Amino acid sequence: MTGTDTPTIIEVSPDDARRVQTPADAASQGRKADKLLKVSGLSTHFFTPDGVVQAVDDVSFDLGYGETLGLVGESGCGKSVTALSIARLVPNPPGRIVSGEIVFDGIDILKLDSDEMRHLRGKEIGFIFQDPLTSLNPTLTIGYQIAESIRQHMGLSQKAAADRVTELLSKVGIPRARDRLKDYPHQFSGGMRQRVMIAIALSCDPKLILADEPTTALDVTIQAQILELIQRLSDEFHTAVLLITHDLGIAAGMCDRVNVMYAGRIVETGTVDELFEKPQMPYAWGLLDSLPRLDDVRGDRLRTIEGLPPLLISPPDACRFEPRCRFSRDICRQDEPELTARGETRHQARCWATQPDGWIRS
Amino acid sequence: MTTATVEPGRTEASARGNLIEVEDLKVHFPIRAGIFQTEVGTVKAVDGVTFEVRRGETLGLVGESGCGKSTTGRALIRLREPTAGKVTFDGIELNKLKTNELRRMRRRMQIIFQDPYGSLDPRMTVGSIIAEPIETHHLAQGAARRERIADLLRIVGLDPKYVSRYPHEFSGGQRQRIGVARALAVEPEFIVCDEPISALDVSIQAQVLNLLTDLREQLGLTYLFIAHDLSVVKHISDRVAVMYLGKIVEIGPPDTMYAAPGHPYTRALLSAVPVPDPVAERKRRRVILTGDVPSPVNPPPGCRFHTRCWLYERLGQPEQCRTVDPELRTIGGDHTAACHFAEQSVASDVGVGHIDTTLVRHGTPDAALASIRPQDGGVQSEATTVDVAETVIGGPPTQGDRTLDSDGSDGTDGRTPAAS
Repeated sequence: MTGTDTPTIIEVSPDDARRVQTPADAASQGRKADKLLKVSGLSTHFFTPDGVVQAVDDVSFDLGYGETLGLVGESGCGKSVTALSIARLVPNPPGRIVSGEIVFDGIDILKLDSDEMRHLRGKEIGFIFQDPLTSLNPTLTIGYQIAESIRQHMGLSQKAAADRVTELLSKVGIPRARDRLKDYPHQFSGGMRQRVMIAIALSCDPKLILADEPTTALDVTIQAQILELIQRLSDEFHTAVLLITHDLGIAAGMCDRVNVMYAGRIVETGTVDELFEKPQMPYAWGLLDSLPRLDDVRGDRLRTIEGLPPLLISPPDACRFEPRCRFSRDICRQDEPELTARGETRHQARCWATQPDGWIRS
Repeated sequence: MTTATVEPGRTEASARGNLIEVEDLKVHFPIRAGIFQTEVGTVKAVDGVTFEVRRGETLGLVGESGCGKSTTGRALIRLREPTAGKVTFDGIELNKLKTNELRRMRRRMQIIFQDPYGSLDPRMTVGSIIAEPIETHHLAQGAARRERIADLLRIVGLDPKYVSRYPHEFSGGQRQRIGVARALAVEPEFIVCDEPISALDVSIQAQVLNLLTDLREQLGLTYLFIAHDLSVVKHISDRVAVMYLGKIVEIGPPDTMYAAPGHPYTRALLSAVPVPDPVAERKRRRVILTGDVPSPVNPPPGCRFHTRCWLYERLGQPEQCRTVDPELRTIGGDHTAACHFAEQSVASDVGVGHIDTTLVRHGTPDAALASIRPQDGGVQSEATTVDVAETVIGGPPTQGDRTLDSDGSDGTDGRTPAAS
């Protein structure tokens, strides 16, 4: 499906629809571009009575087929708005994507009309949100809610859809799946509801899963199960995952690459190893320092990041982290640094101090 | 302070160095159903816990949701009436106190809640929020009271000029500081911190944690620190108690306990905690707990954890686990665990392979720290950061509904009495 084609319901036989993609299939099939997702120069602004909030400002990154990319940062840094922009679910008004390009599997999704976009969501892009209770409709059975998107996007009969739902539920680890199709969301525990959400997200073999804080509401043992499930299924189906989290531990364990966001911008990007071993941006240093760790001996004081992020209404042309940075110099207040390479790899950071000609070499 | 009858117990408890002693505490909630609201069962939220909180320590209390940790915290200061058991505070049995005796006792024990948004009255100014407990306990009047409020704001790192602002004008971290100031207003000895940082961002969490640590040292406070985050609890606690399904399953100093947990549940919990380090994460081997947590209405017989226990399976399902509820017993030093087979648990390396404390990790590289020295003509001190925070805090109110910005940060702790 491309932007110029009319959206059609893809005709597949029930058997075909229930087929489990092997990694080999997925690797060879259905690639329409070199990267699954390319975001370039994305700016999403919110037009509020107080002014224009530049929630996401000139963000560019890409995501390979089957890759897991983390978007990390604290509340208000723009990580969720980035995901909503990709799904074209930014609440409008007040929000609007003001510029940029989002190419998903070769399709410029900002040019799709709303029907085409609706087809893409659910079929090609699955969603897992933080709170499974509010994302599920309390008045509909679990079976119906999962079957809904399968029947819509795959054109299966009721019977074939029910079979597929049962298979999905067992795949996400819900015991006695067939007996539970007629249950309602409240009859499931939090962890089980999140599994149902994952089943819905996976129901149409999407190429991308947008997971926005998928485990924040869950207990740590349940969180571990859910993360493992996402990881296992994304390996099995070769599904790419955009994982939005504030938890650096989750990012370290789940992601291939990580983007650190701050005040609407990507401030550092690299592989997990690059980012955790040799972070190149004082904000990333500060985040790592302020975490109490399981593998530290009982510590004294934590080194914290002072102050708060800046207002995103008309931010100055300067490093956005500068007011909170202990290492800043005049140039940081005069000019905003670009995201530039650190070394030979794709490790990049937005910082004057750690640039090759900067004053911190590490 | 209250009744004379308790004096003997009081001296005994003091001699043992315990501020609070809890004996077989139970808190059960009735489940009612039908039009006559007949009692059809009880939720055994806390079902027989015995422990002590030593004077001047921070006792961490961890567990997953529904394990009874918050209920325990509340029962400790009698915000919940216990169904059975005894709580003694400085030798005084709380359950026996009459209303006005209890009110006087409340001066000595306070609580800080998780939700800094929900626990402050939106229609009261910061000043009146903090003044309320001072008035209730007739601690100060007029100018003295105003002075006291200003002091309290300074102690928690807020600018006293914010005294007439409303809670919505503050950020989450600042609201939590207001909650701390309110708790400190009556000069308590003991504070129950019920998930005080769970709702805050990472960098703000660290600021509030530092504040709580500083206050404990300056004011000689004792904390019960309730949290679900084992890393946070390890950082702040002198001892950690782990709860499962209404019972304490293990208590010990965190360094010892996290290195060699005596209860299989503690190992399962630790194995699930992600560590911000890809190398450690690759080493992590999660203990899979089968099934959901059983219902506290009808907990399993014997050891409550046996239905999900990996050690029980590994040992060939010993009968003892199904029939005998294990008591907390010493497994070395100050470390106790409630497991029949704690020695086998200690001897295994299940669940903690990724916790390597031999590495020293810092986010900020040494080269960066070195870079600020020549410029400042000395080692970076806390004082430098104070200025930054103060300018932010003291800045003009920001536009719109944006909160007042900064969480004061630990930099402001520079203005607290002991640090200055």
